Amino acid sequence: MAVQNQTQKNIFIRFLNINTSGQTGGRNLPLWRQLLLQLLAIVILVSVMFPIMYIVTLSFSSSEKRPSQLQLIPKEISFIAYERVLDKPTGNPVTFIELLRNSFVLSMGVGVVALGIAVTAAYAFSRFKFKMREVMMILVFIPLLMPAVGLSTPLYLLLNQVQVKQCKDKTTAIQPFTTCEDGSKGKLKFNLRDSLLGVGIAMTASALPFAVWNLKGYLDTIPRELEEAAAIDGADSNQTFWQIVIPLAIPQLAVTFFLGFIGHWQEFVLTWLFLSQPKDYTLAMTLYNMTGQYANSVPWNRFAAMAVIVALPVAIVYVALQKNIVGGLTTGSVKG
Amino acid sequence: MAVAKSSFKKNKQKSVVLPYFYLLPAFLVMGVITFYPLIYQVIISFTNFESKHLLLGLQSPELEFIGLKNYLDIFTAALPVENFNFFRVLEFNFWWALSNVILHVPAGVLIATLLNTEGLWFKKLYRAAYILPVVVPPLVVATVWTNIFDERYGAMNQLLTSIGTYLGNTAPVYIRWFEDVKPPIPGFLPGAPLTLAYYAMMIANFWLGWPFMSVVATGALQSIPKDLYEAASIDGATGAQQFWGITVPLLRPAMIPAAVYGFTLSFNLFNFVFFMTGGGPARSTELLVTFAYNLVRNLRWYGVAAAFAVIIFGVALVVFLITNRITRATQNYQEA
Repeated sequence: MAVQNQTQKNIFIRFLNINTSGQTGGRNLPLWRQLLLQLLAIVILVSVMFPIMYIVTLSFSSSEKRPSQLQLIPKEISFIAYERVLDKPTGNPVTFIELLRNSFVLSMGVGVVALGIAVTAAYAFSRFKFKMREVMMILVFIPLLMPAVGLSTPLYLLLNQVQVKQCKDKTTAIQPFTTCEDGSKGKLKFNLRDSLLGVGIAMTASALPFAVWNLKGYLDTIPRELEEAAAIDGADSNQTFWQIVIPLAIPQLAVTFFLGFIGHWQEFVLTWLFLSQPKDYTLAMTLYNMTGQYANSVPWNRFAAMAVIVALPVAIVYVALQKNIVGGLTTGSVKG
Repeated sequence: MAVAKSSFKKNKQKSVVLPYFYLLPAFLVMGVITFYPLIYQVIISFTNFESKHLLLGLQSPELEFIGLKNYLDIFTAALPVENFNFFRVLEFNFWWALSNVILHVPAGVLIATLLNTEGLWFKKLYRAAYILPVVVPPLVVATVWTNIFDERYGAMNQLLTSIGTYLGNTAPVYIRWFEDVKPPIPGFLPGAPLTLAYYAMMIANFWLGWPFMSVVATGALQSIPKDLYEAASIDGATGAQQFWGITVPLLRPAMIPAAVYGFTLSFNLFNFVFFMTGGGPARSTELLVTFAYNLVRNLRWYGVAAAFAVIIFGVALVVFLITNRITRATQNYQEA
């Protein structure tokens, strides 16, 4: 393989095409080329790490002021910002643990429900031929084309209609299905719009297109012979789906779930529009809350500490699962 | 997204109903959270819906149907909003999505190729670091980059100043990245002049965008059978010929759906644009979605906003249908 490289004349062409095959063994990679590639990789590394180091450095600063000088390596290691964020994350009466729990419950719930719905839909698109198949696939992609921001008004009005009220005569009315018998308005106990459940329902739709697309691609690669064999053994379609397809798809389900989870973890537009009670706030909302209208009013070190706290868990899992994610994203499109 | 060929001939009678059964959960959820609000938006787009109608919704007695007035107002720039021209925003929006994908995809492929070089030192470290931008919340990315481009304290102007000093120019560089309305390259995009803010956003979004493409390309590169390269080199193909003859065509099935996905995401990239420039200066970096958000949150013109949302949906649907065609066309190319 090393021979092929020597036949090239132009350094530029050589440079651009080194080892797209991944064939040349490590011992055969010439030192000058290794150094050149290392240089390139380091330049990219610096550009990637630059904004990240900026935030990390800020988070270890003890000053709330906006930094006037560029600093990429912490001069001081002060945990005061972290302490304050963990102790009292917002001006509202809500603890860090509650924020964390809300974020986790919301992302987890939306992720699991969306995955369950998406995998059956993906199975239908992957394995069956039926009328309106194309049209229905396009319909599934609509949430991608119509961001939740664009649908927020009707969603708000819709979810706002579902309210649980305590009537004067101590009975409970669930609007819009039942109303208080005495005609009184009653005391509001629960408003679907102003709850994590309601926001979760609203977020599920936008999670579907990616999940269906990603899972369908993978299901296409599962050999049909397995299902045919099961069918000969007398299994019906439902049994094949649950006992053969689902177990085989578990790695891909995990990847799809996690990629969705990141998105929900960072979501703050819908939560911000719908939720009004501090006890329902999420980490991402708190982060958004810290960025005011004017750059000078932002508590910079606390904002940075919060940013690190929000990003770190997903970053660790992402790096740990990297191989599965890389494989998972492309299986459908390449091998299929 | 290959069209599935059903092989369940035995279960044919069953599979007439079964696929719809599998699709039922997805369509139930989307019916409530996507289709119903969408239809609702279409209805109120023909009315003078305002804040006062929020309580009763469509049952409001004084809600008037005003026909196509909202749409005409948008198209003819008759809205009393400064600097608003629908077609300029539309053109900018398309250019924004296109120029992002054009940069992100080749960069992602080249960097993935670099990291696929066998024998490269610290490969794992680079791979782990290069995907970090994917997990940083967009709000944080936008905030960091807004700081970097800050006219007084920003790293970019400081960097340019030090480069200037090195070249013998002692005057500090003081570029007003987010305020300057004069396009640096006049006539580059006729009809929607690109301000400095656009270039700043491109740089920041490049940082955010290529790692995802690189993840997809890495997965695809690893699934290319190595014997192809061996066979090619036995036939005397050079590295360049191998890159263009094997790597590029085999990456296409993975990269084109990723590019389509990237285009759609950039097209509606609300969070990032909203936080970085808020559509300014003088609405020169406004996307359709950021303007729609503006109409609802700040101006509270729900009727006009609904008409706008319907237009966005129409535009996105056309884009989606076209790109969907392209994706499929490529797969036929691969199979042929």
